[in-house]
Amino acid sequence: MNDSNPHYEQTRRKPWNDPRVRALIFQAVAIAAVFWSGWALIDNTLANMESRGISTGFDFLNQSAGFGIIMSLIPYDATMSYGRTFWVGLLNTLLVSGMGIIAATVLGFIIGVARLSSNWLIAKIALVYVEVIRNIPLLLQIFFWYFAVLRNLPSPRQSVDVGGLLFLNNRGLYLPDPVAEPGFGWVAAAIVIAIAAVVIIRILAKRRQMATGKIFPTVKVSVAVLIGLPLLAYLAAGGPISWDIPELKGFNFGGGITMIPELAALWFALSIYTASFIAEIVRSGIMAVSKGQTEAAQALGLKSGMTLRLVVIPQAMRVIIPPLTSQYLNLVKNSSLATAIGYPDLVSVFMGTTLNQTGQAVEVVAMTMGVYLTISLLISLFMNIYNRAVALKER
Amino acid sequence: MKKLITLAAGAATLIGTLAAGNAMAATTLESVKDRGHLQCGVTTGLPGFSQPDDKGNWTGIDVDTCRAVAAAIFGDGAKVQFTPLTAKERFTALQSGEIDVLSRNTTWTLTRDASLGLNFTGTNYYDGQGFLVRKEIGVSDASELDGATFCIQAGTTTELNLADYFRANDMEFKPLVFDTSEQTVQGFASGRCDVLTSDRSQLAALRSKLSDPSSAVILPNTISKEPLGPVVRQGDDQWFNIVKWVLFAQINAEELGITSENVDKMKESDNPNIQRLLGTDGDMGEKLGLPAEFGYDIVKEVGNYGEMYNRNVGPGTPLDLERGLNALWTEGGIMYAPPLR
Repeated sequence: MNDSNPHYEQTRRKPWNDPRVRALIFQAVAIAAVFWSGWALIDNTLANMESRGISTGFDFLNQSAGFGIIMSLIPYDATMSYGRTFWVGLLNTLLVSGMGIIAATVLGFIIGVARLSSNWLIAKIALVYVEVIRNIPLLLQIFFWYFAVLRNLPSPRQSVDVGGLLFLNNRGLYLPDPVAEPGFGWVAAAIVIAIAAVVIIRILAKRRQMATGKIFPTVKVSVAVLIGLPLLAYLAAGGPISWDIPELKGFNFGGGITMIPELAALWFALSIYTASFIAEIVRSGIMAVSKGQTEAAQALGLKSGMTLRLVVIPQAMRVIIPPLTSQYLNLVKNSSLATAIGYPDLVSVFMGTTLNQTGQAVEVVAMTMGVYLTISLLISLFMNIYNRAVALKER
Repeated sequence: MKKLITLAAGAATLIGTLAAGNAMAATTLESVKDRGHLQCGVTTGLPGFSQPDDKGNWTGIDVDTCRAVAAAIFGDGAKVQFTPLTAKERFTALQSGEIDVLSRNTTWTLTRDASLGLNFTGTNYYDGQGFLVRKEIGVSDASELDGATFCIQAGTTTELNLADYFRANDMEFKPLVFDTSEQTVQGFASGRCDVLTSDRSQLAALRSKLSDPSSAVILPNTISKEPLGPVVRQGDDQWFNIVKWVLFAQINAEELGITSENVDKMKESDNPNIQRLLGTDGDMGEKLGLPAEFGYDIVKEVGNYGEMYNRNVGPGTPLDLERGLNALWTEGGIMYAPPLR
């Protein structure tokens, strides 16, 4: 019966001749091979470390670290654990990355827009900036800033003194530290109320504009509210803030807030370097918006600032966001060059000193890689969410 | 089908690599002999200990320790290749088999001995941690350093000792940690830190790198014990013994008055101690898996311990360090080697 129907025979192919079955089998085999080799790699590493008497495991995180760190955002001293040094390093990495991302974005947008300016001089200055900065290796720029900053600063005893409040020397920038006194709660409450008020004003202004077409000066009013309300509360509560002013004690200044030169140098270098790439991304984004859009906006009577802000930039963002995300990721990863100038970031503190004192290379490197991966994935996630929000919506 | 072959080939390569990683059949001595030279880890540049000159020739006490090991194995102290390593890199390089011996002013501590899979073979320099300060800050004792900023090299015992010392004396300090000793000197020279702290012998070496060495002074305080010496991997006792006894042979040679100058004449000596060391009597070399004349080769090629010391760090060299603790036990120091018998 089968013989009389060749078509039937063909549809009932043997499983090993069916491309779909074969594809599935090969994929299963490939996955199994990947997992098996991953497992073999880990097992082999552990066995080798065991046989060579190298300790393994994460118990070291509870041992006392016994070394000092020059800058930490959370309380730290040498009696605390290696687990704590991990957090100190991580927070320092996040601090410099966060500061870098903000500064690079602002600077990058300004340069990117300036690059397209109709003013010849401004456009050429932006061009030179981009071409010079992005073609010099970042490490050299970090060294340049570090030593350029350091060499020209006076020693603590000859500090640059601004009104006896702010001091600058080769140990860092010292600022007065505000200390909350009783009654500060009123000021804090005023800040919260001011923020809420600004949000409400924005919504109302938008609604009014939609309804009547009248434009409310949202920005000016918002700024006034944000500054005015807390200031009033501060005065009403009788000035509940005292200032911890830095003072020269022995070798150095004590008290106040300190920004160490390592942080400043790394921050400058990362921001300035990344900004040159962001500028090009912004330029390409703006150029991707059809000229007709600008002309249409102008025909409607929008001023050039408004045209840029309301018509061009929102459309350019679709093009800008994906490569911008990459630049943010680069900046975070590049912050690990901190170790070259002694800024205590995660790589310097944890993958440097902690790894060396404990000798647990595999664990420490795995944790550090995990951190950078997590940070990168989070940035990517948030940028993708934002990207979806600004993406062109087809209705 | 082509894909399948690629996949299978890839898997086979992977399995092969893993299996090879597991098989550690050859002993270190065998692999060194097969390779034809010793692979030795040293500093990236520290005068007196290990420093390359402009032609790439390495000199220093740690370098000579490696040359002595090579002389013992090959009868030729030149059969060494040097791998410059930072403090942070050194242990990983040894653990992973990149080098056979780590001879890089490394302090012998319990943690390193017990948990890194390493064995310290002895001490070729007894040192202690000290402080280098600029003269202008007017400090003459470490107890006056409360609140000072310190330049330190990352991954050293120095980092830990400093924290211990300041905690014990209830003082505060600010540590600025750099990757290489070169960078710590730059930090110190640019005025970023008040004090450069390291082993005293290193301070002497680093001070000589300053543009005006007389502007800085080493404080009299020594805050730690730093026995520095060569390190090998755990799990190869024969290799451990070889590296250990090369240094002992050098110390014993000094005690017996054998130098690179008189070693040929000493071969005719009737003293049984000298005969055993130079291989004219007994089977000392054979017990270690080395040629019978390994002791002769070491002294002939590199010299005894005292010669090695005086040539690299002793009085008259730029470091100008007195023997002190590093003198023989018979001369008021603590250099003491077990008997070669």
